[in-house]
Parts: sequence; structure tokens; C-alpha cells
Amino acid sequence: MLDLDALTQEKKLKGIDQEEVCIKVQNLNLYYGDQQALYGIDMHIPRQKVTAYIGPSGCGKSTLLRCINRMNDLVDNVRIEGKILLDDEDIYARSVNVAALRRRVGMVFQKPNPFPKSIFENVAYGLRIQGINDRRTLEETVEEALRGAALWDEVKDRLHDNALGMSGGQQQRLVIARAIAIEPEVLLLDEPASALDPISTLKIEELINELKEKYTIVIVTHNMQQAARVSDYTAFLYMGKLIEFDNTSHLFTNPSKKQTEDYITGRYG
Amino acid sequence: MDINKIGHHISSHYNVELEDIRNSVLKMGGIVERQIELAALSFTSNDMEMAEQVIQQDDYVNRLEKQIDQACTEILAKRQPAAFDLRLLLSVIRTINDLERIGDEATKIAEMAIHLSDTEGKTRSEEYYEIQHLAELVMKMLRGALDAFARLNVESAVSITAQDAMVDREYGSIIRQMVARMMEDPRNVRRTLDVLWTARALERIGDHACNICEHVIYMVKGEDVRHMSREELERKIQG
Repeated sequence: MLDLDALTQEKKLKGIDQEEVCIKVQNLNLYYGDQQALYGIDMHIPRQKVTAYIGPSGCGKSTLLRCINRMNDLVDNVRIEGKILLDDEDIYARSVNVAALRRRVGMVFQKPNPFPKSIFENVAYGLRIQGINDRRTLEETVEEALRGAALWDEVKDRLHDNALGMSGGQQQRLVIARAIAIEPEVLLLDEPASALDPISTLKIEELINELKEKYTIVIVTHNMQQAARVSDYTAFLYMGKLIEFDNTSHLFTNPSKKQTEDYITGRYG
Repeated sequence: MDINKIGHHISSHYNVELEDIRNSVLKMGGIVERQIELAALSFTSNDMEMAEQVIQQDDYVNRLEKQIDQACTEILAKRQPAAFDLRLLLSVIRTINDLERIGDEATKIAEMAIHLSDTEGKTRSEEYYEIQHLAELVMKMLRGALDAFARLNVESAVSITAQDAMVDREYGSIIRQMVARMMEDPRNVRRTLDVLWTARALERIGDHACNICEHVIYMVKGEDVRHMSREELERKIQG
């Protein structure tokens, strides 16, 4: 006899509060000169999940993403108030070594930016600047990173070809391999697929889905369908404010805020 | 659509989601099939425990309907399915609606069995073998429809819709018999009406099984064959 109770057990959507937290953003305000770009952002980013930021251009989603590995330090006139805690350590504390932070929080940008070197050297780069030059270690790590980025089978016979000869989709996966070669804890992806064709995009999305087994992933995307497909949790930002942050299935089928509903249904503006 | 192609998306997660939905529909179908079987048996053999079981199972069927609906809603919202995937989801949404209503019909039969048992006591004559026969016919149709759904088999879906004519004939003959029985002795009217409602429920189950076959044809071929005569349907499928 069938166990009907087990069969019809209802699947409950997990709330963010039930997840283990990796990054805590606390009352974050950010100013470019006089202009405020982020207003009092509070958000708990769950560990080993994909969190997506969506919202119209200029809403602050890339700015918020860049705060997580202090990329905004490189911009003049930026002032940040509030805290971001990575594993409960304030990343904006004076004692923090920014280079070490960026090893823990890797980043991939919209346009693939491989170095004009061989495929192998691109992936090995992060290790070399850490002073690792042992050939065996390098070879093993490069292979593992390329496999992790679902690229190994395509490039294993031409590891010493120039990376610039690869297709855009391959270059983007190479950059992801470069990022994961140094085993970060968090991966920040800023529009990682917006310069790619639909099939390469799906490959990147599938890769993201595999990578979350090991890494906490935060992705910014203009393409909200992509956010829907790829993420576990989605945050909707508008004019520098966090409007709604919820389980992706819930946010896309039954958002709680009217502004979110208007945006995801194309009624915005 | 080749059945082996369903799982060929670049996103492995999408494959799993679609496969889960298909499996859930088949599970729901299995429960409903068993419900009809038990309902008919409880009716003809006067087994009240069995009838109660059918009524209880309806809860599960209703729950599954809601769950599968929810899963389809999520895929529609998150993945913007196209072509076969879209038709698959639309067919699933329609199919589970038919399955849920088949469950309701089975429940009605079980309730009728209980009612009949109250009015006529323990004795149950063999006069219900027509009901048993009709139940077997519609169960066969439903099983075939679910099989066609599982295998994406248009030919068998078409052939099952043909069996509905047989069910209708059988139903007609039960009506004639029951009318005759009511005229023989007005004391029979109450009981006979219960038999008639049961036959009616079985006939409706046959219709729902046909609907499921039409959903299968839509899913595989992309042709909407609802509300077509049988000749039209065959021409459409062959042409």
C-alpha cells in the first residue's frame, strides 16, 4: 500500500530566517559625494544559496554588491555608514586587510576580463600572486577550477592557448574559474551573463546552480527572468532602498509589495 | 516530442522540476484509479469500510492537485517555458483538474454505496454486475489515458477516446433497465435512483478520461482537439 501521507507531504518554502547567515548588511548608507545612493539597507544573505539583486538601472544594486568586497573603496568621494559582517566580522573595520578580504569574496564582472595570457596562466594567476609556484599544485588547482567552472572538457587540450581566443561564454566561465581557483567563500557576480547569447547564458546559470554547493553567491542582474531561474532568494531594490527580500518562488508568484509586483510584471513607471 | 528529450535542458534543475511534476501526475492518477476500483467494489459488494476508505483518499487527491498546481505556477513564473514545455504544463494543469473530478465521482459512488446499504440492509444481489462492468470499462480508459500521458503516445490516446462510445452505450442500457425496474414496482424507485447516479458518475469518469487523452494529444502534437467529432479528430491526427 502506498504511503499517502508521505506522498502528499507539503513542500514548505523556506524563509530567509531559517537559513544560516553568511553576510549581514546592517543599516548601510552609501553616498557618492553629496548624493545618497543606498538608504538604510538591512539584509541577511544566506550561506551557500544564490541571492539575486534586481531593480531598475540606478537603483543601487551594483553599488550594494560592490560594498561586499569593498570595491567602492576604489571610487573617489564614497562614504559608507553602517556595517557589513562577513561571518560576523565587520569588513569595514580598520584592522581588515582588503586584499585578504577580496580573496575570500571573489568577483566576476559583466564583461569577461581574462588577462592576455594563456588559459592556464589566467587560472593560476591568483595562486602565483600568493607565491604558489609548485607545478603539481598549480596543475591540480587549475584543473579543479576549470572543472568547477564547467570548462575543463572544452579547453583541456589547449590550456596554453591565449585566453583571448576563446568565445565570450567561455571567457566568462574562465573568469569564474580564476575566481574559484583561490577558493573564496563568497562569489559576487555583476551581470555575469548580460554580454552572452542565450545558450551561453543558460550554461552560466547552470554553473551558478552547481557552484552554490560550495559558495555563497550574490548576483546582480538586469534580467529578472534570470534572477527567477537562478536564485533561491531575490531582493528588489528601488531608488537605493531595499523594497522586498524574499524566497524567489514567493517573490515571483506572490510578492508582498505593490512596487515589486509592478516591476516584475512590467508595470513599472 | 520524443520522450527521451524531456530531460535535455541545459539546466538540470529544470529537468528535475518537470520530471517531478510528471511523476506527481502519475501518482495522483494511481490514487484516483484505486479510488474508482474500491468505490465500485464497495458498491457491488456492500463493503462499507472500503467505501469509507475511498472518501478518505479524496483528501489526498485534493492535496496533490493543489501541490501540482503550485509547482506548475512556480515553473511558469520562474522559467517562462516555451513550446513543448509550455504545453506540458498546460496539459498537466488541465489533467489534474480532470483527475480531481474523477476522485469526486468515485467519492460520490462510495457515498451512494453507504446510502444504499442503509436503505437495503446487508443483502446485496447480483444485479449490480452492469455497474461492475461499466466500472471496469472506465478504469481501463483511465489507465490507458495515464499510460498515454506517461509515454506521450498519441495513437493510444486517440484509441481511448473511441472507447467512450462503448461506455455511453452501456450507460444507456443501464438507464433503460432501471427505468423498467422502477415501473415494475414503485418501491424500487429510491434504490434504483442510487444505482442510476452511480452509473452516471462512472459515465462522467469516462468523459474525464477522454479529456485527459485530449490533453495528451495537445501536449504532444500542439493540436487542440477538444470539442471535435471523432472523425474530425482522426483526420486531424493523421493529417
